[in-house]
Amino acid sequence: MPSPRLDAEEPSPQLDTEPTAAPAGRPERRIGSLEVLAGLLVLLVVLRGPLSDLVSGPALQTWTTVFVSVLVQAAPFLAFGVALSAVIAVFVPRSFWAKALPSHPALAVPTASLAGVVLPGCECGSVPIAGSLIRRGVTPAAALAFLLAAPAINPIVITATVIAFPGRPEMAVARGLASLVVAVLIGWLWLRLGKTEWIKLPHRPELDTLPKWQAFWAACRHDVLHAGGYLVVGAAAAATINVVVPEAWLTSLAANAVLSILVLAILAVLLSICSEADAFVAASLSQFSLTSRLVFLVVGPMVDLKLISMQTGVFGRTFASRFAPATFVVAVLVGTAFGVVLL
Amino acid sequence: MNKLTQGVVLLLFGGAILRASVTDLYLRYVKEGLRPFLIATGVLLVAAALMTIWYSFRETPSDSGEHGHEHEHHGPGVGWLLILPVLGLLLVAPPALGSYAANQAGSVVAEPVGGSDYPPLPAGDPVELSLVDYASRALFDAGKSLDGRELSLTGFITTAPDGAPMLARMVLSCCAADGRPIKIGLDGRTPIDVPADTWVQLTGVYTARTIKDPVNNVDVAYFEVRTWQEIPEPKQPYA
Repeated sequence: MPSPRLDAEEPSPQLDTEPTAAPAGRPERRIGSLEVLAGLLVLLVVLRGPLSDLVSGPALQTWTTVFVSVLVQAAPFLAFGVALSAVIAVFVPRSFWAKALPSHPALAVPTASLAGVVLPGCECGSVPIAGSLIRRGVTPAAALAFLLAAPAINPIVITATVIAFPGRPEMAVARGLASLVVAVLIGWLWLRLGKTEWIKLPHRPELDTLPKWQAFWAACRHDVLHAGGYLVVGAAAAATINVVVPEAWLTSLAANAVLSILVLAILAVLLSICSEADAFVAASLSQFSLTSRLVFLVVGPMVDLKLISMQTGVFGRTFASRFAPATFVVAVLVGTAFGVVLL
Repeated sequence: MNKLTQGVVLLLFGGAILRASVTDLYLRYVKEGLRPFLIATGVLLVAAALMTIWYSFRETPSDSGEHGHEHEHHGPGVGWLLILPVLGLLLVAPPALGSYAANQAGSVVAEPVGGSDYPPLPAGDPVELSLVDYASRALFDAGKSLDGRELSLTGFITTAPDGAPMLARMVLSCCAADGRPIKIGLDGRTPIDVPADTWVQLTGVYTARTIKDPVNNVDVAYFEVRTWQEIPEPKQPYA
């Protein structure tokens, strides 16, 4: 089966929503980007004092702390994902995937979902990996199922869930099963309804013509700048929600069974907590029902602000605007069903 | 953004991560256990940056004329945003979460891990306890293992909704984005005229009084203060 050509022009990045000095650094045609960068850095060092004063209010300071810490926390996972995806792009031959996955796409989906068990990481790493798999000819449905399953069902996340809910191992079981089912369902849904042209992978330097190691570093450089840039957008959004949404406001909504599920599902999207930590946050949301907290754990690793931002960057806006809502709906429904049956 | 600029941005990002992880700066944002991975990340990013810069210098002008031009247009413009975390880590270096974050979120539930069997306190007078350990023993064991012992707690001062000072510490499970406060109400000789976010060490005894955290209705234990003193922020600010 010939692999589809997916490389396309890069979608125009949405920088308008960024609150800080990013637009000042747009490359100029006449002045090279390196000169812009140098000027920007000199300016930043000179303005260091006023800049620190600017973020000295408690709310803004908390915002900065959360923003920086989301990025510091995500950096190792991003680096791991980028390095692994560069290895896939450069060192793993295309023929490997044809042998490793069942040739029928409908069977490749559950196989790829289960393969997520072996990838110990959080969601930031799996986006570039899934992009790399699609480039290497893996059917998009299987790569997307892997993208959804890997951050939710790996051993680290399941162990964290067991620890966060002492005496309630069924929470971890329900989380693993529900996440697996969502990943497989979305993969099959993609086979029925998805269109390959929705996915626009960003232009990447031609790796096939380069020597292997040069290609490896070129892939790393491109993916860190690309996925990392979108991660910054997501981290800024998550920090804003973290500071702006007061928790007391949520508590009043916890009493209603249906409302509490929707509130926690939306909160999971907005907070964008790493999948290795979200179980502890869910445990502390003790006024909410167990089912609604399970939905929080199923939705969080699959749809959240930083993921949507990174998916927009790696797969294009047309894709992300369809994929994220569909995943959200399926995750809420499946999570609720498992919660009602198992908890 | 041409290749050389991309290399420099990568170098700054990797350098910032590396600097934060070899100093104690990273402890303000993430758990201690992440350090080896942060160092490895910094090394990988710096290596990618150096290789990029090396290859971009080695390219012949005719090469870069064609490819460089293309990159000026198609290079990831969003990569510029990586300057922001560099700025945050190298220039601003925001402090660890404090009383503002503690007041916004509800106290953690200090549930006993693995059964309700509390071992006796270690030797020492006063004996140092973490806030979570104290709250857990006070709330779920009715303070049985605390009775008759002089205790020492360390945290920062935050203000309860009624204006009274409380002792708090942020608990991280991964990074500051999931930081939740553990709060302890204060009775007895409470620190007076101490601004919020001041770090203090308290000694005192167990008291049975509890209140509900207004944010999430979780029980909050009280502590009867005998003496207190201001201390500098500990190296590891989170519990």
